[in-house]
Amino acid sequence: MPDVGLKAYLMVAAALFSLGMGVVITRRNAIAVLCGVELILNGAALNFVAFNRYSAPAGRLDGQIFTIFIIILAAAEAAIALAILLNVFSITDSVLIDEADSLKE
Amino acid sequence: MNIDFEIIVFYALAATGVVSGAMVLIARDVVRVAFWLLSSLSAVAGLYLHLGADFLGLTQVLVYIGGILVLILFGIMMTQRDPGLVKLERKSTRSMATGVGVSLVLFLVLASVINSVGWASRRPASATPTTQDLGTALLTDYVLPFELISVLLLVVLCGAAYLARRRVEQSHA
Repeated sequence: MPDVGLKAYLMVAAALFSLGMGVVITRRNAIAVLCGVELILNGAALNFVAFNRYSAPAGRLDGQIFTIFIIILAAAEAAIALAILLNVFSITDSVLIDEADSLKE
Repeated sequence: MNIDFEIIVFYALAATGVVSGAMVLIARDVVRVAFWLLSSLSAVAGLYLHLGADFLGLTQVLVYIGGILVLILFGIMMTQRDPGLVKLERKSTRSMATGVGVSLVLFLVLASVINSVGWASRRPASATPTTQDLGTALLTDYVLPFELISVLLLVVLCGAAYLARRRVEQSHA
């Protein structure tokens, strides 16, 4: 029977991870950087679910449990990051990450 | 015929996810970045469903799209009082080209690694509902991480409220 197979899922996850990494490295807006982090986490979580489907023994869902924890941690990280970002915005009046450089002086 | 339909759905979801992810990288306006992220996360939720992880697919919709994305849109709303900031976001197309190049090189490296491994191609059993098994696993094998993460969520709740609160003058106290 034809099947897309594990490798196709790994390729999609690798693409999401690479795009997220590019976003994190080159974006200047802190909120866009946060979007890139979410892309990276989604790529990793997709890997866990795909491996769970294709190589876990029947009845074991450890990969999906890991993905649940990744989703929870992503939510926590987004909440804290946005709270910090609002503080930075009230101090420097900007959300561009290369303008929050007052520690250099 | 049934199997062919599954493969078509997979490629549609994968293409949606990757193209939206690329648009997150190259879109100029930060609001558009958020909405392309919405599209990409929805495609990943579809891929979870396609992998037989029904509970995870719905959790993805609920937490990411219902929670994190709304949070990001609120963040944009509260920090973009100057429309000129949107224009300032990218100085030049050079940084965009750098991002595309970094992503491409990283993806090629990862793809060559993935291709070099002979993955076991065990034909997966047909998908069954996972919610009950997940609940059992969370309260038996994974009960300690489960409790720890509930404490973490409480700490995050208090911490975010503390960090984002409005400072008031304490002179009258």
